[in-house]
Amino acid sequence: MNETRQTLLEVRGLKKYFPIRKGLLRRVVGNVRAVDDVNFTIRRGETLSLVGESGCGKTTTSRCILRALTPTAGDVNFLTEKQRVVNIATVPKSQLRPLRRQMQMIFQDPYSSLNPRMTLLDIIGEPLLVNGVGTASDRRDRVEELLKLVGLPPEFMSRYPHAFSGGQRQRIGIARALALEPALIVADEPVSALDVSVQAQIINLMLELQEEMGLSYLFVAHDLSVVKHVSDRVAVMYVGKIVEIAGTEDIFQQPMHPYTEALLSAVPKPDPRLRSQRIILEGEVADPASPPSGCYFHPRCKHVIDRCRTESPVLEEVQPDRFVSCHRARELTLAGVQE
Amino acid sequence: MSQQNAPILSVENLHTYFRQDEGVVRAVEGASFDLYPGQTLGIVGESGCGKSVTARSILRIVEEPGKIEQGNIWLRTSGSNGSSQRVDLTTLDADSQAMRDIRGGEIALIFQEPMTSFSAFHTVGNQIIEAIRLHQKLSPKEAREKAIDLLRQVGIPKPERRIDEYAFQLSGGLRQRVMIAMALSSDPKILIADEPTTALDVTTQAQILDLLRQLQEEKGVSIILITHDMGVIAEMADAVVVMYLGQVVEEGPVDDIFHNPKHPYTRSLLKSIPSILAKPRTKLATITGSIPHPYNRPAGCSFHPRCPDFMPGRCDVAEPKLQKLNERQVVSCFLYDNLPE
Repeated sequence: MNETRQTLLEVRGLKKYFPIRKGLLRRVVGNVRAVDDVNFTIRRGETLSLVGESGCGKTTTSRCILRALTPTAGDVNFLTEKQRVVNIATVPKSQLRPLRRQMQMIFQDPYSSLNPRMTLLDIIGEPLLVNGVGTASDRRDRVEELLKLVGLPPEFMSRYPHAFSGGQRQRIGIARALALEPALIVADEPVSALDVSVQAQIINLMLELQEEMGLSYLFVAHDLSVVKHVSDRVAVMYVGKIVEIAGTEDIFQQPMHPYTEALLSAVPKPDPRLRSQRIILEGEVADPASPPSGCYFHPRCKHVIDRCRTESPVLEEVQPDRFVSCHRARELTLAGVQE
Repeated sequence: MSQQNAPILSVENLHTYFRQDEGVVRAVEGASFDLYPGQTLGIVGESGCGKSVTARSILRIVEEPGKIEQGNIWLRTSGSNGSSQRVDLTTLDADSQAMRDIRGGEIALIFQEPMTSFSAFHTVGNQIIEAIRLHQKLSPKEAREKAIDLLRQVGIPKPERRIDEYAFQLSGGLRQRVMIAMALSSDPKILIADEPTTALDVTTQAQILDLLRQLQEEKGVSIILITHDMGVIAEMADAVVVMYLGQVVEEGPVDDIFHNPKHPYTRSLLKSIPSILAKPRTKLATITGSIPHPYNRPAGCSFHPRCPDFMPGRCDVAEPKLQKLNERQVVSCFLYDNLPE
């Protein structure tokens, strides 16, 4: 991997709390700490995946980065095309539009994310129109180019979304995201609604486009098998915090956080000869409104020691480029998946 | 595993069609398979392959205008004197008492979405108690005790308290456990699980699959596991039925399906699934095109437009039939025609 790649996005101390209100006066009685002090970087041309169970804060994190939600605290530093660093978390709303051109989103559900009353030309050309790019015929040319890029015939331009299958719709969504030549694409579960045979096509398309256009992806997903196919690095989240972040190979082969280990072992392997001894995590994900003391994972962790119950661990660099938030990271040897 | 020779359920040449104004959707077209006692049979396929309609046909709960047009579904039941008899479920009236006794009694169903399958207005306890008293003559108090006991069996902590909660108060994993408890309330011989873990996280999925396996060992129940997830099939199934566009394309023991697949669709499907065992950042093999709409099913073998082994003049003209390849494997593909035994 290229070590000299520029950092495109740096997330520092990101927090997003949702207040819990109660009573007649709607007084704030507590906070759901959906994202609680998250730190990571994304380099140019790389894919970072955010993984974790539902409610771990991965989607909230991705929305804060796009400023679809305003973070409670923290910085989201983005390197613009003019080589200027802008803090998206605090920039005035009026200045957001030019920044959003450089970061786009691909959605999970290709059925509800396309307006059924708009033709493909309108859907894919809309970002160009909104940002005042080119004349009508320029836009037409660009849409044609984009359709070819995502593997759809340009003649489809005048059709409506209902005429297309799930996989084709996801291609349309990708074409729309690419219209303004963004540097960063946030893809929230982009293939989880698709059939297996179509899923593979979209994953390949995303990999190809990345190579061609040097895109950076923030890939939000719960399916670790998909994540393994697309990622350069993986960040594992649990109850609003990142517990481990490392290169894909490292994290799958030799996880260093017990939660990562359990998550990996729970993934069904597509081979009946590998019906393994799985680690069955007992209990449920902690409640982000009233998380446990110490390490949030300690009630479910089989390596728990007294220290874990009282003292919360911090994310530290245990090995070069490997960050783990566990008191016992240096002493435990955990099982990954073999290739 | 108690593997008696006679199947407990035999589906023979099942055809379930939906006749609509726009045309006929042949949701299931000629499905045949056997389920043996204590076995887990996996039915796998992508959307529109007919796996759920097959399950609904067995339970006779196919929605209008769906109808079983042809075929038999033989259920083996044991009479009070221990003798066994076979009933053809397709001959029963869907609303008859006999069918009601079988549905939820002999054969129970677990749905995919545990949130929408429970009533929001009744406690989960009352819903289980209702299911118990439907099939067994128990007083309300006895039924409640049985319900608590069932909740305990499926690993719900503090069942005496949980029984009085509503479905929305429970997490997805707990809800699915309650659903399993409800399905087990009448001691069914067959459990049909339709995508039981699709809506759950992997860690919760592992818990639920583990629970199903453990209950099967304890109670010897046969399971029909319907899923699109090859990983779940590999973890759970003894035998596998692969479906595509309403038809069974291949059947066999799980090890053969994964290590010696015969049908081009099974092969392509296995190659195209993202695997946690793969090398990072590798492209996947793909199946070209997408699943056709059921109204325009291709002529001949319905997989031929996407098939890597397509033989022009053959696959697009005639429909292949399910045929026995050897002792264990059954496949529907012209590649295996006229092969010496």
